[in-house]
Amino acid sequence: MEPVLQTRKISKYFYEPEKFQVLKQIDLTVNRGEFLCLMGKSGCGKSTLMYVLSTMDTDYEGELEIAGENLKGKSQNYLSAFRNKHIGFIFQFHYLLPEFTALQNVMLPALKLGRYSRAEIESRAYDKLKILGVADQALKISSKLSGGQQQRVAIARALINDPDIIMGDEPTGNLDSYNSNLVFDILQELTHTYRQTIIAVTHDEDFANRSDRVVEMSDGRIIRGDNGNASPPHLV
Amino acid sequence: MTPVVEIAWTHIVSKPKQTIVAMLGVTFGIGMFIALVSLMTGLNQFTEDVTMTSSPDIHIYHDITRERQSILEEMNPGGINVVHHQKPKAETPKLRNALQIVENIRKDPRVSGVAPTLSSQVFYNYGPVQLNGQILGVDILEEDKLFDIRSRLKSGKLEDLKSNPDGILVGTGLARKLNAATGDRVVITTPEGYTMTLKILGTFQMGIGAVDNVRAYANIATVQTILQQDQTYITDINIKVHDRQKAKAIAPEYEALFHYKAEDWETANATFLTGVTIRNIITWSVSVTLLIVAGFGIYNILTMTIYNKMKDIAILKAMGFAGTDVRMIFMFQSLVIGFAGGLMGLIIGYLLSWLISKAPFEGGDIVSLDHFPVNFDPMYYVIGIVFGVLTTAFAGYTPSRKASRVDPIEIIRGQ
Repeated sequence: MEPVLQTRKISKYFYEPEKFQVLKQIDLTVNRGEFLCLMGKSGCGKSTLMYVLSTMDTDYEGELEIAGENLKGKSQNYLSAFRNKHIGFIFQFHYLLPEFTALQNVMLPALKLGRYSRAEIESRAYDKLKILGVADQALKISSKLSGGQQQRVAIARALINDPDIIMGDEPTGNLDSYNSNLVFDILQELTHTYRQTIIAVTHDEDFANRSDRVVEMSDGRIIRGDNGNASPPHLV
Repeated sequence: MTPVVEIAWTHIVSKPKQTIVAMLGVTFGIGMFIALVSLMTGLNQFTEDVTMTSSPDIHIYHDITRERQSILEEMNPGGINVVHHQKPKAETPKLRNALQIVENIRKDPRVSGVAPTLSSQVFYNYGPVQLNGQILGVDILEEDKLFDIRSRLKSGKLEDLKSNPDGILVGTGLARKLNAATGDRVVITTPEGYTMTLKILGTFQMGIGAVDNVRAYANIATVQTILQQDQTYITDINIKVHDRQKAKAIAPEYEALFHYKAEDWETANATFLTGVTIRNIITWSVSVTLLIVAGFGIYNILTMTIYNKMKDIAILKAMGFAGTDVRMIFMFQSLVIGFAGGLMGLIIGYLLSWLISKAPFEGGDIVSLDHFPVNFDPMYYVIGIVFGVLTTAFAGYTPSRKASRVDPIEIIRGQ
């Protein structure tokens, strides 16, 4: 199994309102093609961990390695370019740029990366929208789409640069059960068909239980599911 | 189009009202700047031209009111001498060796024209009424080189005066007062009582009442005759130099060389030049204020836009746009607003200036004007657009920098 993301002893502190260790010596390895869910009660540090893994939060101790590259201490500009190339995001709120069409939203990260010509990017964006079943909405202004459609466009956008990892913060948190299932099925298909690595933060047990691997956190520590050895649930 | 430009452009066109309001701020700022500067510099230029027509670059004359050394001082040099109410000596305003001085000055390479003249107070007799005036004895062709009289002639020809010993050219205002036209005769009397009949060969209009209402030109010999003086009697030497700005430096040289008062145009027109300076200060301070107000408008609108676009900025950063990209997006917007608003401002400014230049304005007897003088120098349009773009760049800088520093996690998790 090929690890795509590895952490070594990641710790993080919050200083407001008082010093508080939110992540304690996290060691985590994620393999290519895994659909991993980060679970835990609110305040356990799962979202904080995901934002550290996403490279957007750089204020941590320890080592973070994604796609074989150690990212500790890199500049913000470097990390921006790195995210553009290696990481796709799906958020609870879809965060499409409201003035742009669905197609333009999907194309933007690729235009930023500049690996392909505009025409190629457009056809690739159509392909992604087709996979997500929203190709017919491509030319609509994104703010005119329904919540489920927007989230699917957002997933297409996350996929456009063929990222090593897709990260989702409660990707179905804002959807009704029908769309929730739909999005989950899509994510599952992505991992099974395209070997897409997905890390999602969720507190939805159904969602988590249907994924490949659940990593449960409590008080800043991983208490279940670290390093791929699905250990039986044990309580501290 | 790079994605940065594409995003900025979409922001601009998706909120047309907001964009137009921001642009209008710049448009009015620059439009008013252009109109104000065009009118003010037009007025300045006009008054300067008019003033220059009546004052030479350097004027050499015998200043008979000048303080002179008292006899007491000559007898007791270095002592404490007090002389009350010293009167000037009975001197004639004649410049000695005037023609020699003229020849010397003519050799100076900095000088482009020298005209010896003599002037006298005269009365123009209009029936029983005597009008006070002034008669200038000139070599009219030399005088023309200095003051461009030919283009100011309303009737008659310069050459006619040259060949006619008892002819004069009179100002239009004076001709009107005398109810006389070209070809008529007019009787003049000097303060000394000498009377002579002269023929009006033409009329001229300098554009200033102070000149046109009193002045007449005659040949040097004619005025010498009126004054009953010999052929060397010259009271003034007018000089034109190649570079008018150097007049102030050249005048003292002549004063030291010829021992007569040499006055440059800046000194002679000091009050007028103060007026120009004050007008310029007002124009520029009002214009800059207008542009700064427009800048604040852009600052406000951009700050609002960025506040509304926090989520967009966060997602752009998450997708891999760097802080500089985000800054460029908003800088681009403010520069487009500044440039487009500025261009519209130039057009508005041009139209306003054009309207002003067509507006009727009665200068009365003081200056001959029928509409406002407006300066259409393209220089001010260049300054206007550069100023406009600079202002918007400054106004856009702070909000754009703020946008580039948005922490995406804070926005995304804050939901």
